[in-house]
Amino acid sequence: MTIQFNDETFRGDYSFRNSPWAIRRFPFPFHEDSYMYSVNMEQHRGGPAGSVYEKRFDVDEHYVSEMRDRAIVLAEDPLRCQSLPHMTLAGWDLLELIMVSKSEDYPDLFELHRDGERWRWVNRPMGIDDTFTFMDETTLPYGPMEYITRQTQGDFAVLDQRDDNLWMDAGMVTTQADWSLDFDIGMNFFEWHAPVPLAHEMGIFKRALKFLMNVQQGAPARRLNWTMTVNPLLDTSPENYHKWGIQKTELTPENIGAKQHLRVELQTFYRLPRSNALVFPIRCYLIAFQDLVTVPKWGRRLHRVIRDLPDELATYKGFIANRPLMLDYLSRYDDGLPTSPGVWPDLDTEPPLQK
Amino acid sequence: MSAAPQKAKAGAEKIEVIVSAVVPVNDLVTRFEFRRPDGAPFPPFSAGAHTVVEMNDAGRTRLNPYSLMSDPADSGTYAISVRRDDQGRGGSLFLHRNVKPGDRMTLSYPVNLFPIDLRGRKHVFLAGGIGITPFLAMIAQLEKLGARWELHYACRNEALASYADVLTARHPGKVRIYYDDRKQAIPLGDLLDGQPLGTHVYVCGPKGMIEWVHRTATEHGWPDDNVHSEEFLAPQPGQPFEVRLCKSDMTITVGENESLLEAMERCGVDAPFLCRGGACGQCETDVVEHDGEFIHRDHWLEDDQQASGTKIMPCVSRFVGPTLVLDR
Repeated sequence: MTIQFNDETFRGDYSFRNSPWAIRRFPFPFHEDSYMYSVNMEQHRGGPAGSVYEKRFDVDEHYVSEMRDRAIVLAEDPLRCQSLPHMTLAGWDLLELIMVSKSEDYPDLFELHRDGERWRWVNRPMGIDDTFTFMDETTLPYGPMEYITRQTQGDFAVLDQRDDNLWMDAGMVTTQADWSLDFDIGMNFFEWHAPVPLAHEMGIFKRALKFLMNVQQGAPARRLNWTMTVNPLLDTSPENYHKWGIQKTELTPENIGAKQHLRVELQTFYRLPRSNALVFPIRCYLIAFQDLVTVPKWGRRLHRVIRDLPDELATYKGFIANRPLMLDYLSRYDDGLPTSPGVWPDLDTEPPLQK
Repeated sequence: MSAAPQKAKAGAEKIEVIVSAVVPVNDLVTRFEFRRPDGAPFPPFSAGAHTVVEMNDAGRTRLNPYSLMSDPADSGTYAISVRRDDQGRGGSLFLHRNVKPGDRMTLSYPVNLFPIDLRGRKHVFLAGGIGITPFLAMIAQLEKLGARWELHYACRNEALASYADVLTARHPGKVRIYYDDRKQAIPLGDLLDGQPLGTHVYVCGPKGMIEWVHRTATEHGWPDDNVHSEEFLAPQPGQPFEVRLCKSDMTITVGENESLLEAMERCGVDAPFLCRGGACGQCETDVVEHDGEFIHRDHWLEDDQQASGTKIMPCVSRFVGPTLVLDR
């Protein structure tokens, strides 16, 4: 399949759009009409053809524009990409993982030619054709992690595993849901999760840590997370809160369908072979409410989830103030009919909206 | 959550291999080298990792973990060195007696429970006997990275000092060998006192040696996090005992020479595992009910968990008594 790459922005005039193809394959995160935390992990071994779960690193119509947005963020704030000295080997591991995966999964877009340590990498969508020596940093324009993550959608947290914990010792973070690599760098798993409400009491993090430390080479895992974003902003960082936070007050009944976006993260987890580090790619997908409700099942369900979500979670996810406005809008797309189980759109089997 | 929920399989992913060489190292130790049947490269691995070797011993499946000792940068070969244990449960004897070049075998993907701390300014390796194997891979990896290391290696005698000759020849000034029969011993206290800040110590060898290193390091003021060890426990034989598995709805008997994990596998129960040596925690199982005594032999459960009688690690631990009911 050939992807038509959009020319769009995630700032300023916000020309970001999802095509009908992108809407149908959106990773809707709710498998039932309510939501609570769980350690919702499963193996990352492909998924239905065309879905965002099919490939190891999903490439979609937003690829080229997302990479352009990342370059803007890095130019303004180089600390969005950091790697402590002992993490360089993990950076090479990540570069290899992505180059091998993308060249195998998208041979029409990416090529990797390896002759011993001499590697040639071709990235057609971005017009890159570089030859370098694997494990020799002097032969790349950036460190290995920065080089490859400037060419790969999603944020990347690269975690060192030692002393029965995981440590945020490297990363590329420009499309984040309000957390900061510069603040979290060097922290362990419990430290960087400290702000999350309820989950500690539920023992979620202890179980999640145990699971993650046992993610083995050749057996990656994945889960979804979600939040809400006003305007299709990739960079909702604490560093730039003064720029985007205010936009949450600009919602009106007239513009909410276009401005309010459900933000879903496809989080995957890979053991890196040479360094024994863990990489945690966090891929952000955005969808406007007005596009989401074109799938009747999703419209019904999103209304029920947002309506019944505990206040702590609506506060933590940053939309408690806008919840009444959201519910006014979403209730128009909930006719009270039951919904089919699972996350898929089920456009052929679910009835159209009955009001 | 989402797409196509798949049940996690027990154990790590598997790799089909062909035995490419069987090389006697000395009277007790033999090296087994493997390549892939299709000539494809092996997955890269981090030094300190082990692989679980599957053996079909006359219809009985044996799964034994061995440290990968080959150079992690050599993707054409995986190698392990196996010490023959005449009193053991038979895995090492099977390898020594039955496995020949050209045989097809199955290995697990590498799993690392003994990684190098890459922050270390210097790495000091303490090996006892066959405990040398993970350090061979670590030395190869650190040499490539240009990191500082030294090895102190205690052996019974010169004839049984596996790889001592190669190591001393290749790395003069970084390797010291100590022979028991010459009454030589690693001068551990002095060694620990003399290290620069930021040094990490790694020990692999008999249980007594590991405890000695941890205890001495603590006495000499070393932080626990700078002292690393790995000890694979082999399941010990014991009295047969009966176990009720309530999720599987069956009652099984664990024989004298098999582990609880092996008995479950024999009966078709798909129980999780990784290391099969009491270290990784993957097979941790809840106890529903018991009347009797646990023989906990793992390194995973905390002392209070072991004492509570609510958890057992089926890969190495046993039970003596009339009633044991597990949530499996």
